[in-house]
Amino acid sequence: MIDAALLAALAWIALGCCGLVAPRSHAFAGRVLYPAGAAVGVLVAGIAGFALFDEPSARVLPLGLPDLPFHARLDALSAFFLALLGGVAAGVSVFASGYLRADQGSPPGLVCLCYHVFLASMALVLVADDAYFFMVAWETMALSSFFLVTSDHRHAEIRRAGYLYILIAHIGAISILLCFGALQSGTGDYTFEGMRALQLPAGWATLAFVLALAGFGAKAGIVPLHVWLPEAHPAAPSPVSALMSAVMLKTAVYGMLRVTLDLLAFPVWWWGVIALAVGLASALFGIIFAAVQTDMKRLLAYSSIENIGLILAGFGLTLLFRGFGMGTLAALALTATLYHCLNHAFFKSLLFLATGSVLHATSERSLGRLGGLIHRMPWVAWSALIGTVAIAGLPPLNGFVSEWLLLQAFLFTPNLPQGYVNMLVPVAAAAVALTAALSGYVMVKFYGIVFLGQPRDAALAQAHDAGPWEKTGLAWLGAVCVALGLFPHVVIRALEPITRQFTGYGISGEAGGWLFVAPIEPERASYSPLLFLGVATLLILVAWLAVRAFYHGRARRANAWDCGFPWQSARMQDTAEGFGQPVKVVFQPAFRIEGEAPSPRDRRPRYRETAEDRFWYWLYLPVARLAERMTALVTVLQRGRISVYLMYSFATLLVLLFFVR
Amino acid sequence: MNLAGAAAQFTELMLAVLLAPLLTGWVNQCRAWLQNKSAPGLLQPYRVLAKLFQKEVVLAHNASPLFRAAPYLVFGCLALAAAIVPSLSTGLPLNAAADAIALVGLLALARFFIALAGMDVGTAFGTLGARREMMVGFLAEPALLMVLFTASLISHSSSLSTIVEALGHREFVIYPSMAFAGVAFTMVSLAENARIPVDNPATHLELTMIHEAMVLEYSGRHLAMVEWAASLKLFVYSCMGLALFFPFGIAQGGDWPGIVLALPVLLAKLAAGGAALALIEMVSAKMRIFRAPEFLGTAFLLAVLAMLVHVLLEG
Repeated sequence: MIDAALLAALAWIALGCCGLVAPRSHAFAGRVLYPAGAAVGVLVAGIAGFALFDEPSARVLPLGLPDLPFHARLDALSAFFLALLGGVAAGVSVFASGYLRADQGSPPGLVCLCYHVFLASMALVLVADDAYFFMVAWETMALSSFFLVTSDHRHAEIRRAGYLYILIAHIGAISILLCFGALQSGTGDYTFEGMRALQLPAGWATLAFVLALAGFGAKAGIVPLHVWLPEAHPAAPSPVSALMSAVMLKTAVYGMLRVTLDLLAFPVWWWGVIALAVGLASALFGIIFAAVQTDMKRLLAYSSIENIGLILAGFGLTLLFRGFGMGTLAALALTATLYHCLNHAFFKSLLFLATGSVLHATSERSLGRLGGLIHRMPWVAWSALIGTVAIAGLPPLNGFVSEWLLLQAFLFTPNLPQGYVNMLVPVAAAAVALTAALSGYVMVKFYGIVFLGQPRDAALAQAHDAGPWEKTGLAWLGAVCVALGLFPHVVIRALEPITRQFTGYGISGEAGGWLFVAPIEPERASYSPLLFLGVATLLILVAWLAVRAFYHGRARRANAWDCGFPWQSARMQDTAEGFGQPVKVVFQPAFRIEGEAPSPRDRRPRYRETAEDRFWYWLYLPVARLAERMTALVTVLQRGRISVYLMYSFATLLVLLFFVR
Repeated sequence: MNLAGAAAQFTELMLAVLLAPLLTGWVNQCRAWLQNKSAPGLLQPYRVLAKLFQKEVVLAHNASPLFRAAPYLVFGCLALAAAIVPSLSTGLPLNAAADAIALVGLLALARFFIALAGMDVGTAFGTLGARREMMVGFLAEPALLMVLFTASLISHSSSLSTIVEALGHREFVIYPSMAFAGVAFTMVSLAENARIPVDNPATHLELTMIHEAMVLEYSGRHLAMVEWAASLKLFVYSCMGLALFFPFGIAQGGDWPGIVLALPVLLAKLAAGGAALALIEMVSAKMRIFRAPEFLGTAFLLAVLAMLVHVLLEG
């Protein structure tokens, strides 16, 4: 199995290199290479699906440094994330073959190379079995995605976003490197096998955990290392934002799970409290900021921060339960975490691709100039509706299932041996519930302003629906969202090997029968999406048919009524700012709000208000200022004259000679 | 699932669908009495529905299919919610399909679609109403969830059926946490059902309305479905409140003699609940929309407090 996975990664790299054959040809990359990449994605998902239930398989590659070969291993955890990568990559690649067209900055062949290397490096991160190979793949992933983000490098703000991204990615990478250093504990054995065998002292283990949380958290976008996400996602082409948000953030989650559950295997319950707190803070922060965004891709980027926060909260709960030796509950929390990873990957890539189609059709990213696209782009609009319902965590789609599992994990918590933690749990559950409700708000804003209402700009009348490739990609991702929502017992059974591996228990929910999901026992909680959807559909149909049968079906088209006000214009609808206003008012302390209201006598009144991220002012700008001051000190040495530098060398030589003598 | 269970389930569902406008009529009547007005008759909501069904539908030029589908969707969701909440009997077939969390999700789904429909035509009032409705929603929904969580923690189950059995059929115990939860639940249901002090169902004053602003563009049979769904929502919340806080007289496991006995008990409880709602509406004043977050924030905090009280005192 591991050979097949490695070959598939190699196939991706080969496809990328093929892009260099005709670097300027859109047709070749678009019609041949991206569809082939999608086929490889399906293959990867298939291989991973088999590997999930298979014994772990490992291989030592004849690559790398002498005496330091690459180790690769495919176990259930890797296989799960590989399946996620393959499934998302299939949809995104099909979409990309229709999407990436002329005038996008870098030549298409180069973009194709970076894109496929990005895919392959993510696959290699997932199968790496030693720190060296892992870091090589990790850095390849960071660099290839950096080039993809900056593929439209003519714009200064895109270059700036790319710089911010690569900076934070490297701060994270340093932290991960140090984490591996702590994990090998002076033995010099950097294979994961060796790290697993070690029993670290508590202090070192905690250090490794904190470093992993910070390092992988920088990649995943947890608060306060999140600032690159809302910059990099809008800058990148939409398929790339989809891949970054859907899969790359998940590789960071994979890294956290791998290090904490597998390599450390050191159950300390209060690590869970840290992860839970950081996760919930990220979730609330992300969704509150998503509510006030006016750029649709920034909105989705903040929503990614929220979802990663929820995933991290589930992870924290897993650690908490494992630390207290509650295996079944740890399995439940881990299932919820992994399920949410899968869900987020599919609905977020679907939404990012839909924004990509909107961007292509209208060349507009700002919510303030969109509207009414459900008439012009029905296919995109309806598939985006699936994504919005899913991401808002509404039944019967997939977002609800993982939130349900997570809330169930909270409901079972209050038997913990630690009294204080017990008291924290209701607060944490409330935060999760608030986040879920707010995400509904944000998604109504997103969908209502982009697709419903009147077009806010005259140019939108020329908008056209997506092409056949794009439609296929959207349809695939939407179909997976629906399937993940309707057949949760299949997914839960597929996750069982992983939960068995790390917690010793599984929750495949046999007790409730195939129709019901009952994580612990049916009397405590059960949910059946199929029955739910079936009865709801039946009721809706009966209502509709009854109204049809008993009453006339007459309908007349007229102007909108709106309390009899005849001079309606598109500008009277809520703008994105307007829709975000309640959240801005309710959560005012979270924002750094600046603005000015016009005076009543103003002839040409202008209203301006910005809600900024406080972390820029609390953390990033002070650090940047400090760095600048330090460089100013060093600049004194830098005279720019060669004679001065020669003098420095001479002085150094003299000093050294003095010491050596 | 057996046939008797299915029949009981069907009875419960039809009862909710058919009785929901009556409950609305009863509340309106009580309110009119309390205000010393002559009431419009108990069956007035049915007459309004009949009138609306007869009328022609006038759609805005740019109304999308979503706008036309939403009333049926919302009605279907709330009818399903009415079937999930144990009003006559516990242990019915659909009780296992959705637990308390799924019920909250279902109500959120209905709100999601009606808000989208409010934004669909793109009028000033429609979007304003949708925004306000969602604002009420994002504060009320977690509070409702926390109330249900408190009940779930007490009965060690999130299944509504088990909750009602645990609360109603054991020996009588007073839970202090349920007192907090009760206050929170009352506040939430006032807000969710567009009642005073958050919204006023009787007014079409533009600047204060929430729910009515959102459905302003609906007419004819669509409006009838929306209105019916609104009464169903009130019915669902009333039954939920009765099941959580007065879970007495509800039959177990869908046995028919029990259901026959449960019906008059339910009607009496609903009548009392409706009168209480009218009284609350009478003695309070409509608050400014900007105060609504404070009101709902209080409800949310009370609900969280209820959970904390449970963990601290009853755990």
